[in-house]
Amino acid sequence: MSAINLIMIALKALQRNKLRAFLTMLGIIIGVAAVIAMVAIGQGSKESIQSQLSSMGSNMITILPSSNVAGGVRIGGESFQSLTIVDVQAIQRNAEYVSAVSPVASTKGQAIYGALNWPTSLQGVAPSYFDIRKLTILDGVSFSDADVATAAKVCVLGQTVIKNLFPSGESPVGKVIRLGSIPLQVIGTLEAKGQSSFGQDQDDIILTPYTTVQKRILATIYFQSIYASAISEGASEKATNEIIDILRTTHRLRPADENNFQVRTMEELIKTLSSTTSLLTILLTAIAGISLVIGGIGIMNIMYVSVTERTREIGLRMSIGARGIDILLQFLVEAIIISVTGGIIGVILGVTSAKVITLTLGWPTLVSESSIILSFVVCAFTGVFFGYYPAQAASRLDPIEALRYE
Amino acid sequence: MSSNKILELQQIKREFVMGTETVRALKGVSFDVFAGEFVTIMGSSGSGKTTLLNILGCLDKPTSGNYLLDGVNVSNLSRNELARLRNHKIGFVFQAYNLLPRTSALENVELPLFYNPELTVKERRDRALGALQAVKLGDREDHTPSQLSGGQQQRVAIARALVNQPVMILADEATGNLDTRTSYEIMALMQELNQQEGKTIVFVTHEPDIAAFSSRTVMLRDGKVVKDSKNENVRSAKEALAALPPAEDY
Repeated sequence: MSAINLIMIALKALQRNKLRAFLTMLGIIIGVAAVIAMVAIGQGSKESIQSQLSSMGSNMITILPSSNVAGGVRIGGESFQSLTIVDVQAIQRNAEYVSAVSPVASTKGQAIYGALNWPTSLQGVAPSYFDIRKLTILDGVSFSDADVATAAKVCVLGQTVIKNLFPSGESPVGKVIRLGSIPLQVIGTLEAKGQSSFGQDQDDIILTPYTTVQKRILATIYFQSIYASAISEGASEKATNEIIDILRTTHRLRPADENNFQVRTMEELIKTLSSTTSLLTILLTAIAGISLVIGGIGIMNIMYVSVTERTREIGLRMSIGARGIDILLQFLVEAIIISVTGGIIGVILGVTSAKVITLTLGWPTLVSESSIILSFVVCAFTGVFFGYYPAQAASRLDPIEALRYE
Repeated sequence: MSSNKILELQQIKREFVMGTETVRALKGVSFDVFAGEFVTIMGSSGSGKTTLLNILGCLDKPTSGNYLLDGVNVSNLSRNELARLRNHKIGFVFQAYNLLPRTSALENVELPLFYNPELTVKERRDRALGALQAVKLGDREDHTPSQLSGGQQQRVAIARALVNQPVMILADEATGNLDTRTSYEIMALMQELNQQEGKTIVFVTHEPDIAAFSSRTVMLRDGKVVKDSKNENVRSAKEALAALPPAEDY
């Protein structure tokens, strides 16, 4: 029997019982739609957490000074001074997996403009710091390498500082503020960044060339920390190892010495958060998967009932020349048509409901192709798997008994 | 005349094992049916006529003995080959019509052709329409069985039996569910197919009334042929129909 005949026979058989075919399909439709919508919610929240993380600079690497050993006594800690411009330049020159590096020389002080003042932190950085921390200039410009070279008295203000020094809403760009006794010209403002994930106000900040802080305020050659960016989130570990090697060389540490600096990445945080959201996705998918299996069992149930109910039809078909395999294929194709049609409708419904969820509840959703393909394959497989046994039962009927079945 | 033999039964035996007992339904049945014959097989229940019908219809195989259908020895065939044989050489007509519900007359008639992969969609449709016209239901092709009377349903079933141009029509109590008038109508159609189209018909029945319309009667009792006689005065179903008192319902 040709494939076209087979499909026509199966379609006509389904047509005779449209309502039942549809109700059977409903199990699959709901199952597939649930899988797709659930996975979309899971993936969506994962994606949104990850994009929040990368807006913080998920490939960011922090280098801090650490303790030193002097005559068996460990001294210092985070306040220990070991990081210098030599380290920054060495990383810049030699590290393959690092795309940007900036020293940070920070101090606290009272920012003054006119009659207003505000205690804030002044951070001396290189221009690449803006890239590393994903800071955006809202107004005006950022400072340049030339400003760094000349220890220019320029600065970029965070929004909290602006709010407190320029409450009337006038543009601070071009104005001169003072930090202690040092006048600094405002050349730019930063876009608000809000709180960090540790509850710190990231907008309460004044950025200025690191040379300005080092030479004009602190009179030091050391940095509190160095920030760097790995070329990608995945390269964080390689970049970390590179930085450790480079700094051990520049600090002239012997193999037995412990590091007098520490290198930290955001990777741990990212791992924890993505494993949480992965778990969420798996959980949601499992629940939805169960409903898909129940849909499959629904198909099997209906097909079995249908085989019993259509015993005479099967007997008749056999008497007019259908072989066992023809009957088997007919019932199998019926089951597959039900599950595949249900799958297609389910995909459409799932994608639609994901969109509706985003529009009405505002939850981020992400419909992934893999979830569509997966649920479609699963439901086609469900059709074959759950349709096979009833089909086989039908094909093994004795035509004589089937014809006389009441 | 052996080339004209449609059926050849040689010492057909059929035994069923029921638990520890062996039931011998057919105890050596032998007869031939020639092309163009209209044979009725008669017998009371338990005579083995259903078993014989199943063997004639290639639904069952004899325990021993040879059965040749159109020159092919059925005993040696597999299940699939039997199915093919049923499709090509036999047209079944059942007591309960066995039409597919909620399916048009045309599609019911087309059904056997779906299992014949050589036909195109158009050929299938044309042949089904032709068969419906042959049973005078050309104008009812869209009707479903529930929209047809019992006699009309049986005529659709006969059209279905004809559509594959079988060598033999095998009817199993085909008038059993019908009133006298409709039975005669069906028999008139059978006679017409037999006499004008030369169709070979094997008709299993237990009604002597119906057997009178055939050209030959094979009588079974206890699994054996007890009588095999030519019917010299074949009764015309058309005349019998005309002789019936007019139906009161009209």
